[in-house]
Amino acid sequence: MTKFTTRLPLIGIGVFAVLLLVVAPAVLSEHWISNLGKYCCLAIAAVGIGLAWGRGGMLVMGQGVFFGLGAYAMAMHLTLETAGPGALPGFMILYDPLAPLPAFWEPFRSEVFTLVAIVLLPVIVSAILGYALFKRRVKGAYFAILTQALAVALAVLISSTIRETGGDTGLSNFKYFFGYVLNDEANKLMVYLIAAALLVVCLLAVWQFNRSRFGELLVATRDAEERVRFLGYDPANIKLFAFVVAAVMASIGGAMFVPIVGIITPQEIGASASILMIAGVALGGRASLFGPALGAMAIGWGQSSLGSSWPEGWIYILGLIFIFVILFLPMGLSSLFDRAKGLIRRSSDEPGPATPELREVVK
Amino acid sequence: MLNTSRRRVKTLLATGAIAATAALVLSGCGSRADDATAAAAGSSCIDTSGDTIKLGFLNSLTGGMAISEKTVSNVLHMAADEINADGGILGKQIEYIQEDGATDWPTFAEKTEKLLTQDCVAAIFGGWTSSSRKAVKPVVEELNGLFFYPVQYEGLEASPNIYYTGATTNQQIIPAMDFLAAEGVKTLFLAGSDYVFPRTANAIIKLYAAELGIEIVGEEYVPLDKDDWTTQVAKIAAAKPDFVFNTINGSSNVGFIKAYYDAGLTPETTPIISVSIAEEEAPAMGHEVTGNYASWNYFQSLDTPDNPKFIEDWKAYPGSSGVTSDPMEAAYISLYLYKALVEKAGSFEVDAVNAAAAEGGITFDAPEGTVTLNGDNHHISKPGHIGRINADNQFDIVWESDGFIEPDPFLDGYDWFPADVRDALVASAG
Amino acid sequence: MDELLPPLLNGTALGALLLLAALGLTLTFGQMGVINMAHGEFIMAGAFVAYVTQQVIPSSDLSIPLALPLAFVVAGFLGLLLEVTIIQWMYRRPLDTLLATVGVALILQQAALQIFPAQGVPVEKPSWLDGQIDVLGYEWPLRQVFTIVLAAACVAALAAWLKYSSFGRRIRATVQNRDLAETSGVATRSVDRITFFVGSGLAGVAGVAASLIGGTNSQMGVQYIIPAFLVVVAGGIGQIAGTVIAALAVGIAMTFFAYWTSGSLAQVLAFVLVVIFLQIRPQGLFTVRTRGLA
Repeated sequence: MTKFTTRLPLIGIGVFAVLLLVVAPAVLSEHWISNLGKYCCLAIAAVGIGLAWGRGGMLVMGQGVFFGLGAYAMAMHLTLETAGPGALPGFMILYDPLAPLPAFWEPFRSEVFTLVAIVLLPVIVSAILGYALFKRRVKGAYFAILTQALAVALAVLISSTIRETGGDTGLSNFKYFFGYVLNDEANKLMVYLIAAALLVVCLLAVWQFNRSRFGELLVATRDAEERVRFLGYDPANIKLFAFVVAAVMASIGGAMFVPIVGIITPQEIGASASILMIAGVALGGRASLFGPALGAMAIGWGQSSLGSSWPEGWIYILGLIFIFVILFLPMGLSSLFDRAKGLIRRSSDEPGPATPELREVVK
Repeated sequence: MLNTSRRRVKTLLATGAIAATAALVLSGCGSRADDATAAAAGSSCIDTSGDTIKLGFLNSLTGGMAISEKTVSNVLHMAADEINADGGILGKQIEYIQEDGATDWPTFAEKTEKLLTQDCVAAIFGGWTSSSRKAVKPVVEELNGLFFYPVQYEGLEASPNIYYTGATTNQQIIPAMDFLAAEGVKTLFLAGSDYVFPRTANAIIKLYAAELGIEIVGEEYVPLDKDDWTTQVAKIAAAKPDFVFNTINGSSNVGFIKAYYDAGLTPETTPIISVSIAEEEAPAMGHEVTGNYASWNYFQSLDTPDNPKFIEDWKAYPGSSGVTSDPMEAAYISLYLYKALVEKAGSFEVDAVNAAAAEGGITFDAPEGTVTLNGDNHHISKPGHIGRINADNQFDIVWESDGFIEPDPFLDGYDWFPADVRDALVASAG
Repeated sequence: MDELLPPLLNGTALGALLLLAALGLTLTFGQMGVINMAHGEFIMAGAFVAYVTQQVIPSSDLSIPLALPLAFVVAGFLGLLLEVTIIQWMYRRPLDTLLATVGVALILQQAALQIFPAQGVPVEKPSWLDGQIDVLGYEWPLRQVFTIVLAAACVAALAAWLKYSSFGRRIRATVQNRDLAETSGVATRSVDRITFFVGSGLAGVAGVAASLIGGTNSQMGVQYIIPAFLVVVAGGIGQIAGTVIAALAVGIAMTFFAYWTSGSLAQVLAFVLVVIFLQIRPQGLFTVRTRGLA
């Protein structure tokens, strides 16, 4: 029985993987596959937020920064690939056809460099930022506001460097994805499957992490940082690790967003985009394994479907989701599931372990 | 302990690798860049069997640009109602699907794809910012759809799948510069929002100014969503230019005009000529904008045969703002232009519509006058007008171009525009 | 000096506007720990009050002075409503107030877009704010002087109220040690409500000032919220003196950056500078030592 319950998440991931990788391509139209791919990208970022915020108590309000690093790294590569060897991207010609390619674009011609950068760039940035913030014991609202300010700053910076980055219009019009023609049904399916597979991998990684000693320490740091310190651990390092992992996941989500959606703009990484990423995590359940991913997908789906049929209403619904979930279900919809599980356990008189999901995060 | 955790990591890696490989294998049949058979044009799914025809309207109804785009959406509804009351297009009633672009360019791309592949609309109407058009462009080109764009823009673009019913640069910016030259302006200050339209427009203005012998004494940009212009206006006051060329878009204009008025600058000393302030926007700036200039093709005050009816109809339309403006009128034109194209082609198929356009001779008696579609670049001929804002937030026409101006998006007819830039742009667009 | 004077004065006025936007937050965030992301929309509400007042009393010479207390009351009641319906259940979860109020902000923005003309509404400046005063050869717009005077008046009134009124003492007591205050007979619930009323009301006053500077529309609040929070954080939580200095510093720095570089880059530099400053001094400019705040 115990063995079964500890294996339950793994079975869940397996079912989820089959649904995403086998069932969805079989039953969904091309349009909905591409939408689902987009939700997967947002879900990848959300899984990371779930780790940093739900497990680690760090409200990361600026994940757009890392989403943007991955997305722009990928978009720069695809733009150069589309332009062809030696050629300038179309938007740069508009401002100065004779000027050379900006130096920081040049390495993104390489496929390998791009892939490495998608992982390494967020590691470097989040490590520096996280080290500075956590060592100075910046936390809570301060941390949230500072990360949000950085997301705004990066979005404005990209908007204002129109020749170097494409500005507010962003980068779009990609024709190839690592040699594959993007305008091809089979290749679109491939890009979707990569994103879905990456989401499954991220879920597995977080599941593994949560089971590890480090995962336990992270939750302990969230609930009683001082006590963890007294026990001889440095909470800063524990938080830093979770923050870096979350940043990498956001970056991977951003990188896959580009070939699937076909465009990246500073808006997708700014303040409201960063907050929208949080919305899904809060809805699904910040501390649970599946909550962030499913919540992000639900928000994405709501935006495509309700946002279409009733745009004004969707904004109100989104606002109400924030209010009601936070007010009545602070641990998200997944806490309903846990409560139900708790009820079953109690009725069968089996003492279950106190799940961290049920505990309120009290500062 | 150590061993188990290591084993776990291995399991994790293996699962990841399997999933990734599966993804790659599953799709090994996709075409590569070097395949000759690559670019497959999307097949059309337009349904013409019933007695209705579906059209898509794509405007931001939420988010920051909703302040401008809601009106365009409304006027499109009015035009559709009018056409329907008049018998529809080729005898089919228009059934429009309104989508929200939500001031988010990827959403514009996503909704375009949805309208074309899910709803199978025959054409899409809407967009406002150049960024939204640039997001839609690759999608309509890939899926071979039609997009009608109703706002003045920076030019240097011509897509076979887009029809531009707003002005290109030689129909708005260049007439404005001709007006300034005629006024004897010697020094000019450029103020704009920080995005593609002002940046490109100003690049063109600088080239033409050099030709006209007008000196550019300053150039300032502020982010689109920022209202505070005090620092930049202080620079304008210090530079004392003869005129200010204003390419600011949206509500940031209000902050600019207020800072300008606060600093004691007046239309008498330092007049402004704007390309994004119309009858819709002027009321939000109160009397402080009075006396300044704007360059448009259409003004509510234009005295043309078809303008009074347009104004009257709009005033009576539910949800109307009570005034008409250039982007609204261009949106109104776009739907009628589409009707004319389809009726000439006798078909809703995209290629047939484009063929009808290429044949030429498509005209529409618009509120701004009779406009003619250019079949090569999909823009329309327009009259250039300069208006001066009066106390009722209407425009007194003070200058007009010599007849209708043919659209010239790549400025082929202007030798001061560097040929290498034009060639590079045309090459990169293709 | 001639070069530096205009940005210095413009920057001071921008700082005063930031200060007005942030002042209410020193109460709701600083004193109560509530992160109200709808504060920007309360600023918007204040601006719309200025517009509505002007529709009733067309003379802007009278309507603007009248709009100031009205906006205070309207925004204050909006805040009170927010406190009673949502915030009061979350005092032990400050981070969650942030997310819940994001929802409130979204709803208020969309409501304003649908209630008022989408393009925004005009708010006319009183004629006694027309013109400039000569400061060492620079024609300083009177409206900027007005923003500074208004901000100074609000700071003085708030500081005096907190320091000298019995109510101010009760707020300070509640902030420093809620349990002790309660056992000493302070009705902490009503203290919370009135603090929130005043904090939100100050956003309304900021809204009237903002309506004279930029556009009055559904999106106007968005541009103030992040800078306002940064100012409060940099100033030191709950410290009015710190907020004043931080607001002026950010305003002046931003203006100089805008003067030397560009309007966009100025914002980036200002934000990054505040983040770096907080690396050096995480507690902000000034700190208060209490037993109540963790």
